[in-house]
Amino acid sequence: MTGVETEFTPLMSFAGGVLIGLSAVLLMFFQGRIMGATGILSGLITGGVPGDKSWRAAMVVGMIAGPLVVLALTGQMPEVEVPISLPMIVIGGFIVGIGVTFGSGCTSGHGVCGLARLSPRSFVATLTFMVVAIFTVYVIRHVIGV
Amino acid sequence: MRILSALLVGLVFGVGIAISGMINPAKVLNFFDIAGTWDPSLIFVMGGALLTTFIGYRLVLKRPGPIVEAEFKLPTNTVIDARLIGGSAVFGLGWGIAGFCPGAAVPALGSGRYEVLAFVAALLAGLWVAKMIQTKQADRRVTA
Repeated sequence: MTGVETEFTPLMSFAGGVLIGLSAVLLMFFQGRIMGATGILSGLITGGVPGDKSWRAAMVVGMIAGPLVVLALTGQMPEVEVPISLPMIVIGGFIVGIGVTFGSGCTSGHGVCGLARLSPRSFVATLTFMVVAIFTVYVIRHVIGV
Repeated sequence: MRILSALLVGLVFGVGIAISGMINPAKVLNFFDIAGTWDPSLIFVMGGALLTTFIGYRLVLKRPGPIVEAEFKLPTNTVIDARLIGGSAVFGLGWGIAGFCPGAAVPALGSGRYEVLAFVAALLAGLWVAKMIQTKQADRRVTA
C-alpha cells in the first residue's frame, strides 16, 4: 500500500479544468480541430507535411511553458510527485503510447472533446480507460501491495 | 497565425493541466485509488473542462468555419469495435501504472524532472511502434 495522501483541491482543479476546456474551444475556433494530446504528438513523430509539424511543435512548446508561467506568476512550481519506480514509468509510458494509438485518443481527445460532442465512441473509450485505470491501481496497491 | 494560435492553445492547456493537479501523478493515482488514499479532485477537472467545451463548441461550431483553416475537421468515425475498446483498455492499464496520460505528461516536462522525460520518451516510442504496426496492417489489407 504505497498511497500518500494528496490535498483535495476542488476549486483549483475546477479552474484548471475550465482552462483545459478553453484551450479545446480555442483550437476549434482557430483550426477547426479536436484538441487531443495523442493526435498532436503522433502527428509530430510520424510523417506528414512539414508545415503541419511546426504548429504541433509550437503547441508542445506552449504546453511545456504552462507550468513555468504558473511558476512566474505564483512563485511556486506546481507539484509533480512521482510515487513510482523508473522502470514502471517507462513500461507505463510505452503501454500508454500503444493504447492511445489503437484507441484513437486519450483523456483530452475522448474524455473532454469527444464527450463534449456527445460521441458514443468517446463515451465507450473514456469509460473503458477510467475503469481499467481504477482496476489497475486497485490491483497494484491493494492486491499485489507494492 | 496558425503557429501563434497553436502556441496560445498549448499555453492555456499547459497552465490548466498545471493548476488542476493533472500534472501530478501522485494526485492522478489517488483519484483512481478509491479503496485507499482517494482524492476526488479530478472529477472537478473533468467537470470544468466538459462544461466549458460543451458550451464553447456549440458557440464556435455555429460559425461558418474556423479562422486559419477552410472548414471544421470533426471525427466522422462512429464504429465501436474491439480496436477502440482494446486500445482504451491498454491505455487505462498504462495510466494506472504510471499516473501520466499524454496531455498531462507534456506540460509536466516543464517541471524539469527526469522521470517525466523518461515517461515521454517511452510514450513516443509506444506511439511510434503502434503507428508502424498500423501501417503494416493497412499494407497487408491493400495487398490481400
